[in-house]
Amino acid sequence: MSSAATGTSSAAPPRPAYWPRLGGAALGRGLVVGYLSIIVLLPIAALVVQSTDGGWSAFWNAISNPEAWWSLRWTLIASLIVVVINVFAGTAIAWVLVRDRFPGKAALNGVIDLPFALPTIVAGVTLLALYGPNSPVGIDAAFTKVAVVMALAFVTLPFVVRAVQPVLMEVDVEAEEAAASLGASPFTTFRRVILPSLLPAILSGSALAFARAIGEFGSLVLFAAFIPFKTEVMSGLIFSQIGTGNLTGAAAQSVVLLAIALVVLLVFGRLTKWSLRHAG
Amino acid sequence: MLASGRLSRWGLRSFALGYLGLLLLIPLGMIFFRAFEHGLGTAFDSITTPDALHAFYLTGLVTLIAIPFNTIFGVGCALLLVRTEFRGKALINAIIDLPFAISPVVIGLSLLLVYSETGWFGDWLNANGFQIIFALPGIVLATIFVTVPFVVREVVPVLHEIGDEQEQAARTLGANSWQTFRRITLPAIRWGVSYGVVIATARALGEFGAVAVVSGRIAGQTQTATIWIQEAFSRYDYTGAYVGAVVLAAIAVSILVAMNVFKRKEA
Repeated sequence: MSSAATGTSSAAPPRPAYWPRLGGAALGRGLVVGYLSIIVLLPIAALVVQSTDGGWSAFWNAISNPEAWWSLRWTLIASLIVVVINVFAGTAIAWVLVRDRFPGKAALNGVIDLPFALPTIVAGVTLLALYGPNSPVGIDAAFTKVAVVMALAFVTLPFVVRAVQPVLMEVDVEAEEAAASLGASPFTTFRRVILPSLLPAILSGSALAFARAIGEFGSLVLFAAFIPFKTEVMSGLIFSQIGTGNLTGAAAQSVVLLAIALVVLLVFGRLTKWSLRHAG
Repeated sequence: MLASGRLSRWGLRSFALGYLGLLLLIPLGMIFFRAFEHGLGTAFDSITTPDALHAFYLTGLVTLIAIPFNTIFGVGCALLLVRTEFRGKALINAIIDLPFAISPVVIGLSLLLVYSETGWFGDWLNANGFQIIFALPGIVLATIFVTVPFVVREVVPVLHEIGDEQEQAARTLGANSWQTFRRITLPAIRWGVSYGVVIATARALGEFGAVAVVSGRIAGQTQTATIWIQEAFSRYDYTGAYVGAVVLAAIAVSILVAMNVFKRKEA
C-alpha cells in the first residue's frame, strides 16, 4: 500500500481522503484500544470483578457498615456544599474578571488556574500554613469538617469560573441595558436576562467540580486527615482499607464512588443540554 | 440606580478578591514565609537530604517517561477520532475521559488489582521476574493513567478547527502519510500539543493518591516528591515539608505561565 504510487490521483477522489494509511487506520485503532486497555480498562474491570468477590452481601456490607455509610454521606454532603460555594463564588469571580476593570486583573485571571497546576498535597500544605495549628491569624481549622470543605473548595475553584467566563463574554450587553432602562433593578436584570444564558455553563462547571470533589484525596491528607465519623471521606476510607488488606471492601466502595461520579456527569450533561435548548 | 450599580460592583469585586485572597493567595504566600522563616541555610539543608533529592529525582524521571507515552498516544488518538470513521468512537471518547471521574486512590487500587503479585497478571509477572507494583513501573503506570486525557482533549478541537483541506492537498500532491503529518498537521497542532503536554506535566509532577497506593512509599527508593512532603510532615520536619511544597509550587507557577503563553499562541 505504497502511497507514493497513488500520489498522482485525479483531482476528485471518490471518497474523502482521511488518514487511512497513517500506519494503517486499523493498526492505529488497535494500538489505541490496546493502550487504553492496559492502562485504563483492565484495571477498572479488575476493580468491578474484585468488588463482587464476596458476593452481594459482602458488597452491601462494605457500603452499609456504619463507618462506610457515614463516610459516603459526608463525602456527598461536603461535595454538595462545595458545589454551592462554587456556584456563587465562581460566578462572582467570573463576573468580576469579565465585567469589572481594575489594576492587576490580567494577573488575577492567570491565578485562577493555579489549583489545577498545583499538586494536591501542596494545596493541603498551603491551607495548613495559614489555617493550621500554628495559624498566624489564630484560626485553626485543621482536622475539622470545615477543613474538608476548604480543601475541596480550593481544588475545585477553577471549574465554575472557567465554565462561566467565556459565556459571560458572549452575553449581549444591549439586552442588559434595555432591561435596566425599562426600570429593572440590577438584580432583576441579572436574574431575568443574564442568568438564563449562564445556567448551562454553571451546571457543567458544577458537575465537574462535584465529580472532582467526591474523589479528592491529596489535599485532605494533611489538612483534614481521615478521622472516622469526623472528617473521613470515601477516598480516605478506601485508602485505609487498602492498607489493611480489605481489597474487596475497598473495591466495592470504589465502584460506588465511581458510579456516583459517572451518574452525576451524565445527568448534569443532560441538564446542560436541556438548559442550552431553553436558553433561547 | 447608578449608585446601586456601583455599590454592587464594589461588593462583587471585594467578594471575589476576598475569596481568592483568603482561600488561595494568602495561604500560598504563607508557605513561602514558613519555608524560609528559619533562614535560607536551614531551608536548603532540609531539601538536600539524600531521600529528598531522590524523591524529586524520581518524580522527574516518572514524568519524563509518562509524558512522552501520553503525548504520542494523545496525538495518534486525536487523529483517529477526528480524521477517521469507525464504530465505537463514542466509547473510546468516554474511556479517555474516565480518569477525570475517578478518585486517584481508586486508580491506585485498580492498578494494584491487575499488576500486583496477587493481581490478575501476578503469577505471570512473578514467573518472569517483573515487579510493577511497589516499583518504578507501577508509579509510571499510575502517572500515565491520570494524565491520559490531557493531550487528546487539547488536540481534538484544534484538528476539528483546522479541517483537512491542506492535508488532502498535500496528499494529492504526492506526500505520504508521514510527510503530510510532519509538514502540515504537526505544525498546525503544535501549540495545542504543547498546551496539553504542559498541563499533563503539572498533573504528573503533582500526582499523589494513585502513587501513594502503588509505590510502596519506601524512602530513597519509591518515594516521589509529593509523598516525601507528606512523610516530612509526619516526621515533624515542617521546614522540609514547606520547602518541598514551595519547590513544587514554584514549578506549578512556571507551568501556569507556560500555559498562558501557549494559549495566546494558539489563539
